Amino acid sequence: MKIFVLMKQVPNKDAVLRVRGDGKWVEEGDLSFEVNESDGYALEESLRLKEKKGGEVVVACLGPQRAKSVIKDALARGADRAIHVVADDFAQAGPFAVAKVLAEAIRGEQPDLVLAGLQSDDQGYGQTGVIVAELLGLPHATIVIDVDYSSEQLRVKRELESGWYQWYTMQTPALLTIQSGISQIRYATLKGIMAAKKKEIREAQPAIAAGEGEFQTVERVYLPLKQKQTQFLGDGDAKKGAAQLAEKLRNEARVI
Amino acid sequence: MSNGILVFVEHRQGVINKVSFEAVAAAQQLGASLGQEVTAVVLGADAALANEVTGFKLAGVVSAENPKLADYTPDAYADAFEKVVRAREPQYVIFPHTYLVRDFAPKLAARFGKGLVSDCVRMKAEGGAVTFTRRLFQGKMDADVVASGGGAVFATFQSGAYRGDQAERGGAAAAVESVAVEVGEVRMQPEAPFQEVKAAVDLTKTDVIIAIGRGIKSQENIALAQKLAELLGGDIAASRPICDAGWLPIDRQIGSSGQTVAPKLYIALGISGAIQHLVGMKNAGTIVAVNKDAEAPIFDIADYGIVGDLFEVVPALTEEIQKLKG
Ligand SMILES: Cc1cc2nc3c(=O)[nH]c(=O)nc-3n(C[C@H](O)[C@H](O)[C@H](O)COP(=O)(O)OP(=O)(O)OC[C@H]3O[C@@H](n4cnc5c(N)ncnc54)[C@H](O)[C@@H]3O)c2cc1C
Ligand SMILES: Nc1ncnc2c1ncn2[C@@H]1O[C@H](COP(=O)(O)O)[C@@H](O)[C@H]1O
Repeated sequence: MKIFVLMKQVPNKDAVLRVRGDGKWVEEGDLSFEVNESDGYALEESLRLKEKKGGEVVVACLGPQRAKSVIKDALARGADRAIHVVADDFAQAGPFAVAKVLAEAIRGEQPDLVLAGLQSDDQGYGQTGVIVAELLGLPHATIVIDVDYSSEQLRVKRELESGWYQWYTMQTPALLTIQSGISQIRYATLKGIMAAKKKEIREAQPAIAAGEGEFQTVERVYLPLKQKQTQFLGDGDAKKGAAQLAEKLRNEARVI
Repeated sequence: MSNGILVFVEHRQGVINKVSFEAVAAAQQLGASLGQEVTAVVLGADAALANEVTGFKLAGVVSAENPKLADYTPDAYADAFEKVVRAREPQYVIFPHTYLVRDFAPKLAARFGKGLVSDCVRMKAEGGAVTFTRRLFQGKMDADVVASGGGAVFATFQSGAYRGDQAERGGAAAAVESVAVEVGEVRMQPEAPFQEVKAAVDLTKTDVIIAIGRGIKSQENIALAQKLAELLGGDIAASRPICDAGWLPIDRQIGSSGQTVAPKLYIALGISGAIQHLVGMKNAGTIVAVNKDAEAPIFDIADYGIVGDLFEVVPALTEEIQKLKG
């Protein structure tokens, strides 16, 4: 079985974001980067499927050279090879353009399964996987929290809102978008890290230019306007803040 | 081209999802600014549910019908909705940003060579041009987005962006137009939706909730929050990553895929405030947030905030409360 995993590199979650000079994106110079959270879970699920059904796991990533760190980490965890579509100017590309590039990068490979994360932590479009499925003519399921492929039939458990779930039986090949928490993620072993050095990372050009065939343009990026008047306590002093808060909880919220 | 605005009304198991009314309110507002009519779209096996939205001020309700639409699947929904869009050539198609919409609307938009302008929090229409505002970086940044090019613009709105009770009601009932639509092969078969076995703790009944997020760093540190909870007679809860990591059971998770609570007091420790968390707790009486990042979105809905390290704040707070309790 050939499984493709779509993996994106995104700024660290704890990063302090500053708006870039042109006001259209964030300053990337002072950021560190990591793998998109749900994509890590998508990789883990693909490795587990490979362990059960055999075959290979291939990572597909669109991003600048620095995204190699995500690819190498995935190879160290057990992915077999990778396709890196190298581009510097897709950070603000819309979901259709990104999906188009990824779809074209894997089209000729005829995967049996494609796994994506359910949402990127930076752009948060929540749709790249679904569009890739449409472009490749595959059925899809989103927000998948369990995969049962023990028999011939692929069965997936989808998360619905407020604690509801639903199982779907899918035709294959198919694309699934994976929800965080589907399983516990393995660490890369030293052996894995060594083995990764010999694995293939094929670089490719994006099939379309950034911005081509895209119908949404970012005009301006900025810190959200605050809606609520939060009373900040302590003025940076933790002890003072705690004391003031205890007072408020007693006199205003009346929970003490 | 100005062929009006379509708004998608979602239902599950025969009940209309109330966030659809927020989308109706958004679509009506857009319609008023652009001088365009708003038509609701309901997909189903018959017109039963379409009749429930005729009370809104709408140019009409399209009920796209096919037996294959009885149970939701992305294949059937995308096919049916595509037929409606092709027939009516709208300028805008508005959706609530629900899990169901996330599942089929990108597929629909892709058939028109587009993506969705997704998860918008507001929009502004000026001189015929519409600017949508989306959240980036899990709520840490906003982006103004302009949709251009020909054909329909597909946009989804975040839950709470518009108020459902502000969707305008019309005088006379809007006319329902039933159309039989063709649906191709459906490649997935859904089983009946279900809930996991009843949660061991019912957080909806608790007055005080101490919620922890990734800022708590390790499972051992949860004891800190636990102590505070005991002192206040409250319960412990968490954001998703804490439950994903297995540090707390899933029935402690607050948010769109966990529980929705409205306690008297909600103290968020090291939680950034992503929308999927906020929808589960924003109606709490008093909201307190402790976070080392002064720009964390959680502060946007907090009554009281302490910018600082929770490992300093929480022990100090515990001590102060102990003092007050005597
Ligand atoms: C479809 C979908 C459904 C989801 N459902 C849910 C859901 O039901 N519930 C939910 O919670 N999430 C849900 N999520 C995930 C959600 O988008 C966020 O990823 C998640 O809520 C983030 O959790 P967090 O705030 O704990 O972590 P982070 O976003 O990583 O935030 C950690 C915070 O801790 C702060 N911090 C770090 N160290 C300290 C310290 N020492 N002292 C003080 N502060 C510190 C940081 O500044 C940061 O703000 C869902 C996502 C999707 C896409
Ligand atoms: N540049 C990229 N490279 C690889 N995969 C991506 C990229 N952008 C998005 N994806 C995949 O699409 C998913 C959803 O992203 P988004 O639609 O931006 O929320 C991510 O979790 C990834 O699996």
